[in-house]
Amino acid sequence: MIRLEFVLMLAGLLFALSVAGIFLNRKNVILLLMCIELMLLAVNFNFIAFARQLGDLDGQIFVFFIMTVAAAEAAIGLAILVVLFREKKSINVEELDEMKG
Amino acid sequence: MESMITNLGMHAVAAEIFLTCAICVILLVDVFLNDRLRWVTYALSLASLAGCAWMTLRYGVDERFLAFDGMFVGDAMGDLLKLFSYGTVAVTFIYSREYLQRRGLFKGEYFILGLVALLGIMVMVSAGNLLTVYLGVELLSLSLYAMIAFDRDSSIAAESAMKYFVLGAISSGMLLYGFSIVYGIAGTLQIDELALALREVGVSHLGLVFALVFIISGIAFKFGAVPFHMWVPDVYHGAPTPVTLFIGAAPKISSFVLAIRVLAEGLDSLVANWQDMLIVISVLSMALGNIVAIAQTNLKRMLAYSTISHVGFILLGILAGTTDGYQAAMYYTFAYVIMSVGSFGMILLLAREGFEADRIEDFRGLNRKSPWFAAMMLMFMFSTAGVPPFIGFWAKLEVIAAVLNVGLAWLAAAAVVFSVIGAFYYLRVVKVMYFDEPTDAVAIEAGGTLRTVLSVNGLAVLALGIAPSILIELCARALP
Repeated sequence: MIRLEFVLMLAGLLFALSVAGIFLNRKNVILLLMCIELMLLAVNFNFIAFARQLGDLDGQIFVFFIMTVAAAEAAIGLAILVVLFREKKSINVEELDEMKG
Repeated sequence: MESMITNLGMHAVAAEIFLTCAICVILLVDVFLNDRLRWVTYALSLASLAGCAWMTLRYGVDERFLAFDGMFVGDAMGDLLKLFSYGTVAVTFIYSREYLQRRGLFKGEYFILGLVALLGIMVMVSAGNLLTVYLGVELLSLSLYAMIAFDRDSSIAAESAMKYFVLGAISSGMLLYGFSIVYGIAGTLQIDELALALREVGVSHLGLVFALVFIISGIAFKFGAVPFHMWVPDVYHGAPTPVTLFIGAAPKISSFVLAIRVLAEGLDSLVANWQDMLIVISVLSMALGNIVAIAQTNLKRMLAYSTISHVGFILLGILAGTTDGYQAAMYYTFAYVIMSVGSFGMILLLAREGFEADRIEDFRGLNRKSPWFAAMMLMFMFSTAGVPPFIGFWAKLEVIAAVLNVGLAWLAAAAVVFSVIGAFYYLRVVKVMYFDEPTDAVAIEAGGTLRTVLSVNGLAVLALGIAPSILIELCARALP
């Protein structure tokens, strides 16, 4: 059996990667959406690991809900992306700077 | 059948079930309406809000009641917050109608997404489990993302929707990461069991503090508190004014309840830890909100920074960690929502074809054009600044008293100083209205309903300020 700490470390690493990805990425909005998905999946890892450790089903059920919500979130994110692209003809993060102050 | 219904506690969820059905019906009816009959959607939305209010009053609970195996909590606080949310959303819809009609945005989406967001708020208000909390948060946030972008021809709306979406998703992720660690340590997702389990674990558990940092970041983001405030000005500025009005009002109730359910009920044994974190967030919010607001020329943006500073004040009440403090925070939230709805309502009142009325200079000489509504705006601005005898003054007094009672005198002093700084930019709006010459002579075009409700709103700010005990006692009864 894989030790809990290893799974948690992997999840933490994935989570940190996704956060770093969101803040370092200056090019493409689609990459942001991918990072967000990665972030939610890292959390899922955590829940699964703990649910297995505790022998408790609640954590696994939570994962199903997170996946469902993540799908809905991706759908809305892409819809906003389409509107954004139609208006600006670009999905460059650096061009999202019309408002200042 | 009968016993199954009583076991699940269906009656406690009556309002939510009713609203879900109503949303489905409105969604379906809206498809078959042409633009001339669009008012039916509007009327049905208001009717379903009235129906929800009736359900909540009819099936309201006097004492704490657990439904669906504890996933869902019915209590007096929940009922009060829900009733207040229905009222807020109804007023929001009424204010928005004319603006939307004039701009060709009078579509079903606004009302349906608004009702779904309200459903999210209701789920959060009654959450008894971290899973329910999460689902409520997402139901609310996802509707708001779509709502901001619903004016498809506005590029700043699309831009602000994208920013809100990305930052909102990060904050949900943070909140979830914190939840997952708490789950691992406590072994349960049920908020009341969690509180008991964490008392055994002890305060000094490093993992818990780690989880707490993530949870606080998530909550602070939903509130729009510094340093997680970046989205607030852009979203308030970029979204169509009716959507800004919506976001500025009812979701604040949900942020408050998120903090209460998760921090005060679930993680109450860690109060010493989250108090320190909230103090930092609260002071930064009050400072940055009030100081940056001074530099704004766009009224929506100025009100966004003012929101950030008010969030600092709401957090003051919560961080006191006492029942008095929670009551004060609840009172502040109510007061803030009433004032915020009124201020954005004024922008919607003055807006007309090709004129947004969202710059401070657009209010020039309002007193010449309409002394009555200039007086209303004066009351909203004085109240938000915290001038007696308006409601905003009592709200500030209550939270500051709560902080003083737990021995944080320096924090109370800082709050007073920042609210004095804040008074400057509210008074500037008043100065512009009363002492500047109007730039045009166009009269206010808004119709009777908007004028009446806005006047009632303005008078409520005054009346609830003259008799503050009404609302304070309601809060005290809801949070014993």
